Amino acid sequence: MTDAYGVVSRPVRLDYTFTAGKALSRFLTIIEGGKIIGQRCPKCAKVYVPARGSCPTCGVATAEAVEVKDRGIVTTFCIVNIPFPGMAVKPPFAAASVLLDGADIAIFHLLQEVPVENVRMGLRVEAVWKPASEMEMSMESIAYFKPTGEPDAPYDSYKDLL
Amino acid sequence: MSNRVAVIGVGQTKYASKRPDVSIAGLLREAAQRALDDAGLTYADIDAVVIGKAPDMFEGVMMPELYLADALGANGKPIMRVHTAGSVGGSTAIVASHLVEAGIHERVLTVAFEKQSESDAMWALTVRPPFQPSTVGGAGGYFAPYIRAYMRRSGAPADTGMRTVVKDRLNALKNPYAHLHQPDITLEQVAASPMLWDPIRYAETCPSSDGACAMVLASESAAAKAPGKPAWVHGTAMRSEPTMFAGRDQVNPQAGQDCARDVYKAAGITNPRKEIDCAEIYVPFSWFEAMWMENLGIAPLGEGWKMVQEGATGMDGDFPVNMSGGVLSSNPIGASGMIRYAEAAMQVRGTAGEHQLDGVRKAMGHAYGGGSQFFSMWIVGSEKP
Amino acid sequence: MRDVAVVGFAQTAYARSELELNETEMLMPVIHQALERGGIPQKEIGFTVSGSCDYLAGQPFAFVMALDAVGAWPPIRESHVEMDGAWALYEAWVRLQCGDIDSALVYAFGKSSLGDIRDVLTLQLDPYYTQPLWPDSVSMAALQARATLDAGKATEREMAEIAARSRRDARANAAAQVTGDFNADALLAERYISSPLRKHDCPPISDGAAAIVLAAGDLAQRVSKRPAWITGIDHRVEAHGLGMRDLTASASTRIAGERAGVGEGKVDVAELHAPFTHQEIILREALGLDDDVRVNPSGGALAANAVMVAGLTRIGEAAQRIIDGDANRVVAHATSGPCLQQNLVCVMEGRS
Ligand SMILES: [Zn+2]
Repeated sequence: MTDAYGVVSRPVRLDYTFTAGKALSRFLTIIEGGKIIGQRCPKCAKVYVPARGSCPTCGVATAEAVEVKDRGIVTTFCIVNIPFPGMAVKPPFAAASVLLDGADIAIFHLLQEVPVENVRMGLRVEAVWKPASEMEMSMESIAYFKPTGEPDAPYDSYKDLL
Repeated sequence: MSNRVAVIGVGQTKYASKRPDVSIAGLLREAAQRALDDAGLTYADIDAVVIGKAPDMFEGVMMPELYLADALGANGKPIMRVHTAGSVGGSTAIVASHLVEAGIHERVLTVAFEKQSESDAMWALTVRPPFQPSTVGGAGGYFAPYIRAYMRRSGAPADTGMRTVVKDRLNALKNPYAHLHQPDITLEQVAASPMLWDPIRYAETCPSSDGACAMVLASESAAAKAPGKPAWVHGTAMRSEPTMFAGRDQVNPQAGQDCARDVYKAAGITNPRKEIDCAEIYVPFSWFEAMWMENLGIAPLGEGWKMVQEGATGMDGDFPVNMSGGVLSSNPIGASGMIRYAEAAMQVRGTAGEHQLDGVRKAMGHAYGGGSQFFSMWIVGSEKP
Repeated sequence: MRDVAVVGFAQTAYARSELELNETEMLMPVIHQALERGGIPQKEIGFTVSGSCDYLAGQPFAFVMALDAVGAWPPIRESHVEMDGAWALYEAWVRLQCGDIDSALVYAFGKSSLGDIRDVLTLQLDPYYTQPLWPDSVSMAALQARATLDAGKATEREMAEIAARSRRDARANAAAQVTGDFNADALLAERYISSPLRKHDCPPISDGAAAIVLAAGDLAQRVSKRPAWITGIDHRVEAHGLGMRDLTASASTRIAGERAGVGEGKVDVAELHAPFTHQEIILREALGLDDDVRVNPSGGALAANAVMVAGLTRIGEAAQRIIDGDANRVVAHATSGPCLQQNLVCVMEGRS
């Protein structure tokens, strides 16, 4: 069907200036310095990382900053085997939900320095930061996560956070 | 206050990866005209139009109801545009049904569509502000970890997802509108297909389709004048929860459970597995059939996979799912939810053709979207509620 | 129809560019305020619905993150229209007619400043015939203004007077962005930006959010001393192509106004969503408003025009006149699309 019709490509370009917002700006400023902060909800006390300025379940603003560790648990993961536009690493690689120590919600990041077949739920991992000269206001200041060598976290300790 | 609502017309386009033979408007009209023909009506008989689709960036047209008003015969009438992410096809039908249920209109045309080939859908999905965390690899990369979590939690055999794919794609052979027609598909073939986002194989993902689906919804008096047998809306429900929050269960989301409870209650159903004859469920990745069977309370917790393994969701099972071939066989994103609703209506009207089941009295349509957070469902019946 | 009323309204102070807060942060206080004024806690709201636009935010699924401002837990009954919040309010009103729930939260948010709004709105046009020509929203409004002037339905002086009046009235509106004591003579001395439109004929570029709480029947009476009862609401669209309709009139507004019952009583105040001065003249005529109807005491879209929000704001501003006891019967109007293609009219009354 396609062959019978000519196709004209007509690119549209629109430029946008995004606003990170108060909470995220703070997070990004601090992550550039190699630290991770979240915010604690005044109502339910859960710690959100990265802080987005609100607790999605309570619907209230969050303000109290809480520093969390740059290490945690792989709660779940997938192995990416296909190339994808804008991809930083060559597949196959593992993309994991990492529950940082002190946080109540997992972040999604890259795992390296471990063969993909050895990646597993419960694996303890730590952040590998970029060199100071390459640090930026982005989650990408963390190059990736790698195993710490600690024993795996028991399933029960994170099963409610999947 | 609450008036009965009937589906008196259904229309679908042929789903294909590209439909360069029609414009966006032409695609919608193909489905809309078929729905009107089915209802024995013309555009002039329609009181209002409700359209739905996923992000505008898929076609590069902002708020397309404005451009589409002419083509859908909406001039001088009300037109609305719903967008609730992947669940939108379902939500659109519900918004349209409320116009009749509330007694505001007699005949409402509702159309949902996606024409992903008009734009670069992959691009549209990966636009993100520089500071937002990367999703590392598209929709599959987002959902794969939760499928893994489901496998761990339920102990389901690894071939569960593959069985769903084979079933759905074989069902699709009986549906002339389906995008994928793979007559030779086997478990071995699916198992051998590339692992894209482990544990999701290429063959276990939905295609990317162009397509539209339309329905004419009518009041009881308007339905009485329709040439065909109507499908009666017995219940509708929509539920949402936030994308990310501490302790969120993405495998068995609360919003899905609540939505199911609402729709069963509205339809007066107490034992869904017994009382519902079949269902069209939104399954974009194979494993979601097993997962949603639990989420919907059709299977006990941790046992959704057993329904798949035992063939309960097959055409001759006790709870057939996705007789049309489902999202795994055709996925015009914004339309996919409405196709589920329309196919459910076709089953109770007895108009599903080769994939028609015998004696369907009640059928369910289901859609979900976002990060498994927006749910919309309806139950239709062959008899008045 | 079941009796449904606006019982709470809140909005941000509109700004040319909200750089500090993201959409969720901008929206949350507005939702809290509207709920508080409406006297219904979020957890008791029966239905939540919003209006926003991905192309305004520059990213797909922009409405999803905004849900974080609501507190959607336990899961809520919720919907979203990719339209101005006024149509979200329409959906909520319809939902309340179904009778099983009694209250709704409606909100809208929009940052018109993130992209070049004149270009962004061009994407609303027919993608095959019109969009490739890239006519921008102000130029299209100018075509309409020219047609209206040539038809003898307006003068440039009347347009300047509308601008001056709107921005003078806006001084009393804490949410307004462009306010001041302008003089029509001075305005007319300025140059055209897209003839026959001068700067004052055009809306400001605004970022902001608004929220409204609706309640039905007894609940409305219980939570509000003076609910703004919706006695009629309707919306209509007309032909998309500018060459296919009379640009100097608004047929869709006329039909919606008739169906909403605008002419069935004396109108005290009308809040018309007229981003361009000449459009107020067209809308007044389409709605058959007498000269003694007070139009846009808030300053209207000429004082602040957060796209996707400004229509809902008109309903909120008009309703507030009733809630405050300043008016008994009001008309609110919202528009969408190039040159008033789609229009919604809502009539509200006070009863005590
Ligand atoms: Zn909280």
